[in-house]
This record gives sequence, C-alpha cells and structure tokens, in this order.
Amino acid sequence: MRLKISSSPHFHSKNSTSSIMWNVSLALAPAAIWGVYVFGLRALLILVVSIAASVVTEYLLGLIDGERGLKQSTLSDGSAFLTGLLVGMNMSPLVPVLIPIIASAFAIGIVKWIFGGLGQNWMNPALGGRVFVFFSFTSLMSNYQMPKTLPALTGASVDAIGSATPLSYVKTSITNGLLNQSPSAIMTNGGYPTTDFAQNLAQTLHISPYAVDAFFGNIGGCIGEVSAFLLLVGGIYLCVKKIISWHIPVTFIGFFALLTWMFSGYRSGFGFASGEVLGQVFSGGLFLGAIFMATDMVTSPITKKGQVIFGLGCGFWTFLFRYFGSLPEAVSLAIILMNILTPTIDRYVVPKKFGYIKPVKEAN
Amino acid sequence: MPKDVLTFKRGGVHPEDRKFLSNKKAIEFLPVPKEVVVSLSQHLGAPAKALKAKGDSVVRGEKIGTASSFISAEVHSPVTGTIKAIQKVTLANSVKCDAYVIETDPTAEEVKWDDIDWRTKSKEELLNTIKDLGIVGMGGATFPAHVKFSITKGKVAEYLVINGVECEPYLTSDHRTMLERAEGAIEGVMIIAKVIEAKKIIVGIEKNKMDAVKHLRDVIKAKGYPITVQPLKMKYPQGDEKQLLKATTGREIPSGKLPLDIGAVVSNIGTCFAVYEACTKNKPLMERVVCVTGECIKEPKNIVAPIGTKIGELIDFCGGFKEEPDKIVSGGPMMGFAFYDLDTPIQKGTSGVISIKVENEAPQTSCISCGKCVSACPIGLMPTMMYKNISNGRYDVALNKYSLMDCKECGSCAFVCPAHIPLVHTFKYGKKMARRKK
Ligand code: SF4
Ligand code: SF4
Repeated sequence: MRLKISSSPHFHSKNSTSSIMWNVSLALAPAAIWGVYVFGLRALLILVVSIAASVVTEYLLGLIDGERGLKQSTLSDGSAFLTGLLVGMNMSPLVPVLIPIIASAFAIGIVKWIFGGLGQNWMNPALGGRVFVFFSFTSLMSNYQMPKTLPALTGASVDAIGSATPLSYVKTSITNGLLNQSPSAIMTNGGYPTTDFAQNLAQTLHISPYAVDAFFGNIGGCIGEVSAFLLLVGGIYLCVKKIISWHIPVTFIGFFALLTWMFSGYRSGFGFASGEVLGQVFSGGLFLGAIFMATDMVTSPITKKGQVIFGLGCGFWTFLFRYFGSLPEAVSLAIILMNILTPTIDRYVVPKKFGYIKPVKEAN
Repeated sequence: MPKDVLTFKRGGVHPEDRKFLSNKKAIEFLPVPKEVVVSLSQHLGAPAKALKAKGDSVVRGEKIGTASSFISAEVHSPVTGTIKAIQKVTLANSVKCDAYVIETDPTAEEVKWDDIDWRTKSKEELLNTIKDLGIVGMGGATFPAHVKFSITKGKVAEYLVINGVECEPYLTSDHRTMLERAEGAIEGVMIIAKVIEAKKIIVGIEKNKMDAVKHLRDVIKAKGYPITVQPLKMKYPQGDEKQLLKATTGREIPSGKLPLDIGAVVSNIGTCFAVYEACTKNKPLMERVVCVTGECIKEPKNIVAPIGTKIGELIDFCGGFKEEPDKIVSGGPMMGFAFYDLDTPIQKGTSGVISIKVENEAPQTSCISCGKCVSACPIGLMPTMMYKNISNGRYDVALNKYSLMDCKECGSCAFVCPAHIPLVHTFKYGKKMARRKK
C-alpha cells in the first residue's frame, strides 16, 4: 500500500478555481439568454464568437507556454470561457463580428497573458477588451437595437431613438439644451416606447415606466446588460454560494444611486436631491459591471474593508463619468480606474491581527 | 447572564465534522500487543534520556526514559517484557528519534495500582507526581504538563479552561472520554485547579457534543464542584488555545505570549483524566484513547491502547480497511501528520488514526486573489500575501509585514483556497527559511 505523504491540512473544502469560474458563467446565463431572446439570433452569434475567440486565444497561448515548459493548458479552469462570455455580453447585438473577436483576443492575450496569466493581470480582461474596441471602433460600438419586447417605433423617432440607448438619448438631449425636464419626461416626449406591463406597474408604484422596463430588460443596450433583474438573480445566486460577497455590488450601486439622487438634478436645472435614480441605476450596464466585473477576484481588493472602498470608488467614478464626461463607458472606466488602485488598497487596508490589541509591553 | 453558546469572532471555517463514524462507539481496550515501540520523543521539547539498555526487562509502568532538560518529559513502559532493541524510528511528524522496541511477556501478572486521596497531597506533591508520571498535553501539542502547571512568579492563573472542544473533524476520543470517563476527568480538573490555584474553571465543549455537556453538568452537580460547562458554536479552530480563550473568557493572548500572560491555563480533557490516574492511582501516562476512524476503516472505534502500539495493529483491531486509503493521518485531518507506514507507533499525543481518501481534489492554479484565505484566518493574517512573498523569496517581507510567525498552521486558509495552493506547506517552509536567514 502506498500512502500519500503531504503537509496538512488533509481535508479540503469543495472550493476550486474552476467551480468559481463556471458558477459565475452559470449566474450570467439567464441575463445572456434574455439578451438573445430580445435581440434575436444575431446576439447569440456575437456571444458564441466572443467565447470561441477567447477560448482559442487561451489555447494558442497555452501552447506557447507549454513549449517553454510552463504550466499545462488552462482551459479547464473556465476563466477563458467566462472572459469570452463577458466580452460578448458587453457588445451591442449590431457590432460587426470582427469586433468581439478582437476584443476577446485582446482580453486574453494582452490584458491577461502578457501579465503572466490567470491571477496576475491587474485589469479585468473582459473590461480591457471592451474598452479597447470601444476606443478603436467608437461609432461601430455605439449602434444599438431596440428589444423586440417593446412596441415598434414609428415615424421620426426611428432615427432619433432607434439606435441609441436611453442613457445616451437623454444625455444628448440635455447637452443640446433640453432643460427643466426629467430624464423620463425627455424620453416620453421623444416618443421612447414602453411596454403596457411597465405602464401599469409604474402607475401603481408611482415610478417611471422606463425604470420598470429597464429593470426587466425591455430596453436598448448591450446583449447582457439589459435585464438588471436577471443579473440581480445571478448575483444573489453567487452570494448564496459564497462565491462573491455583497460588499462591492451593494456599495457600488448604492453610492452611485445616492450621488445620482443628490446631484443629477442639477443637469436639468433642478435643485439638490431631485435626481431620478431608478432609470439610471437599472441601465447602462451598471448591474453587469457591479455584480460581475467589479467583483472579479483577481482585480478587486482581498479584504472586505478594501472591497467597500473599491465599491464606493466605482460608484463615485461612474457618477462623475456619466455626468461630466460624454462617454457611455462610464461603468467600465470607473472599474478600470479602481482596478489600478487595487494593489494600493491591498497594501494599506489589512485585517486587524489577533493578539495585537494593545501595544505589547516587553517583559522587563 | 452569560450567553448560552459562545464562539470566537474572527475567521474560522466549517469543515464537515464526520464524527458520526465513531461518536457512538464505546471505548474498548486493545489486547496487549506482542511488541510496542516506545519513542523517547513523546513530547514537545528535548527527547528523554534512555534509562534502560537492550536486553533489560521492564515492568508495566516502570520509568524507562527521563527528562533531559527543563522542557522534556518522563517516559514509562506500557507493558511488562524485555527490551529487544533500541533503534531509530521516524514518527508521523517526520521526527527521527530513538525508540525502545519492547517485546511483551504474555505471562506477566497484571500490575496493581494504588488508591490515593489526592486531597491529602500538597500542590507541590501533586505537581511532582504529574512530572514524575510523564503527563503531557494530550490534545496533540504534547507540551509537558508540569511545565504548564508551574505558575511563574508574579503570574496568577485566574482561569482554568478545559478543552473539550475537539473541533477537528472525525476525532471522538475526547467526546467518548467525557461520556465514559467523566468522573475521573472531573477529579483531574479539580487536581489541576488545586495545583495552579485557579479561581474560575470553565469546560468548553462544541455544540455537536451536547450529550457530553449534559453528562458533565450532571457529574459536576453531583460532586458539587465549582465548574462551569460552556457550550460553544461549532467552528474550527476553536480547540486552539487562542480561540478557546477568546470564546470562553473574551481575552486575547497577545502575539508571542502564553495563556498565562492573560491569567489562564488551558488543558485538554484527556490530559485531565491522565492527571487523575496519576494522582489517585500512581499510574503513569502510558496508554490513551485513540480514535481509529475514517471512511476507509471497516469498523471505526475508540480504543484504549498502550503508547507505542503500531497503527497497523489498531487498524486490524477495527477489522482492517474497507477500501485502500490514500492517506492515514495522525491526529485530525486539519493539522495532523500523514503516517509513512503501518509500523509507525502511536505517541502520547496521538488522538486519532484516520484512514481517508483524498477528497475534493482539483488542479492547483495561480492565486486568484479571492480573499477567502484572509476571511478564514483566525489570526487575521493575509495568507495570500505571505504565500506570494515566500514564493518570491522575500522571506523578510512575509515575516515583518505579514507576521508569518503568528501563523499557527491551523490550515483554515488552505482548506478554503479555491486555487488549491499548499499554503500551510509554504508557511512551514517560509518559517524555516526565515529562521535560517536570521
Ligand atoms: S494556517 Fe496560518 S495563515 Fe492559514 S489560517 Fe491558519 S493561522 Fe492563518
Ligand atoms: S484563498 Fe487561495 S486563491 Fe484565494 S486569495 Fe487566498 S491564496 Fe489566493
């Protein structure tokens, strides 16, 4: 009988890197499926292409690593699949197929592999890929499609609204001098459609129907970001499975909501604490970013305290970028900015050690 | 009014306890083995000095090794017989040391023990007995008991905290001791309390052993002793002195200090029973309850076996293997050592012999900075940072910035690490390298 000899512990929890990665992919699935449902098969094509490009890049680079005697294939850990899925979910269903391929290859090859592979990258790979293609192909990336669950557009509004997300539509209107109107009023006046369901529910709850539609995913945007509700379901699943903790998503979304409520009214000529919160919170990829990309373990702080700082920072930058910049990439850029600060946070925010309550007096 | 169920706050993990395999099995006595291998290094500290030579005959309970320095302990023969050889053995914890191979005499008469009222003895006499009869901590650390119970000048032992936590998965030897040997163990507690002049006595027991809590309370009530039995929430590593004291007394041992520095002495419940036998029967520590269990054992049991019994013999007594194990562990699976072979003898500190399959295996990946190790560490360390610094040869950073030396190798971090990084192994290595560099 051969007995295995190794250091303690001889007992291990069920945790593994691959189970984390596959569970995150699973948690993303409902939102991705919804995206395919409302945007059609083209969305599916984009998702498949993104994943394939990511996995193939990982495989090819793995061959180079193998040649150099480095580690074995890393495909089974599921991280390349997840990165590809996230890249795809961050694409408009209308982008040319080449764009997600470039984004995935950039994510895996440049953002991750060059820095040493899994665990070594300082920026979330999917975000890096998305931001790279956004700045390289801005106009192609800014072309959006209405979900099929919304009533069809008619007449003049087709041009004005059809290819914009609600956020960018409102933003453009305000920049063009449309003051003293709340964002939802701007959308109503512009003829942005809503579902009947949203209108009924909105009346009972006294909120904007656009918030309801945005929450459930009847809104234009990237494939994976439109249904805040299904993303939330995935996030709760991950929290219950203890794969992510609530700290980053809650502080991120919460702080952004707070700042929006307090200050966003100024843009339209209203005063303090008059901002419309729900529509802002449920759209523009905030849930996708806060629940699935800001929580990327590799690029977020290790300690819970650090994660709270990280989440607050993300919320703050997202608010600033959305209101003072003109980029629809607010969430992505905010997270990347905080990714950069993560090593610093980890250096200074450390847990309180056991047995260091009072300064230990040396025995004299 | 103190809270009903206590625990420590920071960190900790919840491994499956797997105690059902053996927690209903009453303690059985192993028939005297033909041969025992008694090492001279049964305890923490310097090995004992051999008192016998090859060919000498020994009587059960006779002293065969004596303490060689301040932190060391006496060793006694658990059997009557002849010393066949003195040879080197490798123990489960990879320590190589001299050991007596004693062949038992099957015709030997049974040794009779005394009947002493410990109350008539002074605390110095009791402490001497504890030293002379080779009592060491039986929870696994095997620290010589007389050293622990000698209260240094200027210190006061306000609390005596008895460890009945047994937070390691599988192990049930303390549990069964509390159920079946409670009277003796509680007398032992009072003996220790007298020796160290303790003011408050608390027995800490985790909630998966409520039957033991109840039984001990009954015994204590019948005897009218001032002992509190405190149930604790289940959380590993509550059986560690630091966590146990935090949970029961709320006090925190400063880094690098001992329980006595915060006015407490901690003793394992099994040790209390050994103290009782020493001080009332003059019987040295030369046998103990060993929990022989694990998924691979046909019939798990709690066995009283002579120190020096080879683990193969214990396993045979349990009907052998149900299936071939990957590992046999000495002690609990979180902090225990893997046995090299079936001929390795048990020691005074061997609470369990656990035959298991390796479960939840997964390939090791790079650290994904998930922070699970940080949340799990009961000491508030950052295992991932220590690991990265040690791997890059920056031992001084691991040591000075991340307090490597405060790591007590409890294994909580490695238990939860999704990347399956051998963290504890790395820390042991890092400590060695850091010491070497100094
Ligand atoms: S082994 Fe060390 S670092 Fe890991 S949890 Fe235990 S004390 Fe903390
Ligand atoms: S638990 Fe493992 S993977 Fe996670 S941070 Fe710690 S060392 Fe890294």
